[in-house]
Amino acid sequence: MSKQDFKILGTRPIRPDGLDKVTGKAMFGADKSVTGMLHARILRSPHAHAEIVSIDTSKAKALPGVKAVITGADFDELKNRWTGYTSQNCMAQDRALYDGHAVAAVAAISKSIAAAALKLIEVEYNLLPHVTDVDEAMKPGAPVLHVGVKARKLGDEVSGNTVGYYSFGHGDLETGFAEADEVIERSFKTAATHQGYIEPHACLADLGSDGRGELWCSTQGHYNVRLICAEILDIEESQLRVTASEIGGGFGGKTTVFIEPVALMLSRKSGKPVKAVMTRDEVFRASGPTMSSSMDIKIGMSKDGRITAAQAKLRYQGGAFPYQMVMMGAMSAFAAYDLDHVQSEGWDVMTNRPKMISYRAPGAPMAVYAVEAVVDELCQKLELDPIDTRLKNAAREGTKSSYGPTFKAIGLVEALEAAKAHPHYSAPLAENTGRGVSCGFWFNFGGQVSVSMAINADGTVNLIEGNPDIGGSRASISMMAAEALGIPLDRIRTIVGDTASVGFSDVTDGSRVTFAVGIATINAANAAIKEMCKRAAMIWEIDEDAVEWVDGAAQPTGHNAGEFPPMSLAEIAAVSGKTGGPIAGHHEGAPDKAGVSFGVHLVDVEVDPETGFTAVKRYTAFQDVGKAIHPAYVEGQIQGGAVQGIGWALNEEYIYGEDGRLQNPGFLDYRIPVASDLPMIDPVIIEVPNPGHPFGVRGCGETAIVPPLAAVSNGVSRAIGKRMFELPMSPPKILKAIG
Amino acid sequence: MARVVIFGSLRAFTGGVGEVEIEAKNTRVLLQKLSEQFEGLRETIAAGVSLAIDGEVFKEAWFTPIDEDSEVVVMPLMVGG
Repeated sequence: MSKQDFKILGTRPIRPDGLDKVTGKAMFGADKSVTGMLHARILRSPHAHAEIVSIDTSKAKALPGVKAVITGADFDELKNRWTGYTSQNCMAQDRALYDGHAVAAVAAISKSIAAAALKLIEVEYNLLPHVTDVDEAMKPGAPVLHVGVKARKLGDEVSGNTVGYYSFGHGDLETGFAEADEVIERSFKTAATHQGYIEPHACLADLGSDGRGELWCSTQGHYNVRLICAEILDIEESQLRVTASEIGGGFGGKTTVFIEPVALMLSRKSGKPVKAVMTRDEVFRASGPTMSSSMDIKIGMSKDGRITAAQAKLRYQGGAFPYQMVMMGAMSAFAAYDLDHVQSEGWDVMTNRPKMISYRAPGAPMAVYAVEAVVDELCQKLELDPIDTRLKNAAREGTKSSYGPTFKAIGLVEALEAAKAHPHYSAPLAENTGRGVSCGFWFNFGGQVSVSMAINADGTVNLIEGNPDIGGSRASISMMAAEALGIPLDRIRTIVGDTASVGFSDVTDGSRVTFAVGIATINAANAAIKEMCKRAAMIWEIDEDAVEWVDGAAQPTGHNAGEFPPMSLAEIAAVSGKTGGPIAGHHEGAPDKAGVSFGVHLVDVEVDPETGFTAVKRYTAFQDVGKAIHPAYVEGQIQGGAVQGIGWALNEEYIYGEDGRLQNPGFLDYRIPVASDLPMIDPVIIEVPNPGHPFGVRGCGETAIVPPLAAVSNGVSRAIGKRMFELPMSPPKILKAIG
Repeated sequence: MARVVIFGSLRAFTGGVGEVEIEAKNTRVLLQKLSEQFEGLRETIAAGVSLAIDGEVFKEAWFTPIDEDSEVVVMPLMVGG
């Protein structure tokens, strides 16, 4: 696919959500209130694993101001087992499965009364054995969280907590390793981390006795919220209107529900609107972090840097319910390389921790970290240049990927070559400083989407899409609409519609929105253009097929069609009431061919040998994004991914005590990087157009979190002269490695 | 006939078979035939899979056409963040 010339795409207009956000006008999840609403508080288990023998809510109910109290008994068992797990995660049934698991909830006329009522609820627990470590949870004899969900075909060598097994690859490992001059086999561990979104989960629910409801919430997918809540509350989807608030970060963590069914149930029971807002403590203990991992990697390499064989064994723990995510790691692990002999295996494991949920490129960062660390160690051992070695093995168009498909046009080689040519790569290094390199990969998705476009009589355009804007999609969708219609950008306003305003749309995940909603927008614009050409043809009294759309106006296709001056969109719209009524376009579909994305990160880190503290001194991130619609937003995505990955590498971790309780549920003890910790992340956009999108777009939101873990680890390992095998590389671990 | 590649761990349900040839005009027919040929795959296919057709990944798209010489890779249903 050749590069195209665009008028609007690739420019950097002022972001449409900017003014509202900097002035405080934007309405986030907790910002909506209504007269007479109640406040919800949730009682959570202090135990990692316990049978709930009894719950006495009588004293709480008797407290003046309390309007409703609910427990697991208020929630029916569901036929759909996956929704059933979600429901049980929102409110425990017979067992509390992790520290923070909800066991009861209260709605009261004030927050303080609700908090007081929680203290009056008496729960009798019978403590059960617990397990929070993935390797321990896999062992036969480990406490099993749910019976009967073990992955098919697995034997007695693993416990019933092992709910998923996947393997991918091709070739013959034995042959490949025999061809190697050097084989390195290492084991790695990574901690569970949280997405760290600044806005806690929040919602306002109003569910009447007639089964009709309204729900306002901070979410990455309000149609998904509607679907899950309707099933849990046993109401029809059409009767629950869900509106997505502005969102203060999601990164995958707001692709499911935690408090929404609880607030709806309290509203149903009290007959009042109910507002629920998680505290930060609750966000850490009871929303969904990502998985922790334990991994074994073995890679063989020839003296000239050719990878002859590669093997990965990945064990992920994903918390207290069955889940499926290690497959994404197993598929991503070796995606950057063109290999003849490769195998990756993965096991999904349950533990007594909060149920995992997606975190930006879920499953990929840890797997790629371990692989890239071994590649880097091989480069050191064989005295090879890290980028040249990766170029020698890089996947490119026509490569049979390690997970099966043969790649179409991809931009890994371009990203590696840009990194090699960048001044960063040849800059001198100071004392105690190391330079790390890593590749990264993410799949990107399409999925279901709906867009509605109205051409207004004054020549402006309103566009409604169904995906919450978590990364600038209103800007990019408006820009693609303007490009397709051939009109100025300021003629267009895009909003995110509620579930009653526009057709179904999948969750905002998988880096899918600019790709998928973009295609729907172009198709909606084309539908409107077709109608506008028809109206012009009617006015000119010529055949509809004799009219074409050029630069925002209808014009005859040639002299034979007639001599008429072009009619602009505004001119056609102005008389639409007299030519057949309002003009609109819409599109509903499920576009695929999203096009995978690769990135390459370079980082210089300085390690203080006395304290073990690591300072990131310079960071450059290269990423193939297909076509950057609004480059500033794309750069923001790349920078944000890099920062989150740096936090994962250096500081962030869920720390559990022997009692199975989370030790650090707050930003004081769970340290995410802040602006003053880091240098400016320098993003370098690479554009290898995706043939699956009319404008060449690839998703760009997730790839950037994949390379930083290994890039930072490789930099630290080179700085201290010792390889690091565990994340986060907190100062005590680095000091221990230095010895 | 399209060449259908079955990802590694699913081969436990195909008696170790990793590749088969199936004549199918679209993904829906292909998945139906795959389920009929390998009963053990029925549960996984019913739960949802992704398909890579000649390198392009499709998520649950029944009527995506398949050419006679296409390569179709059956993969787990993908999820993102």
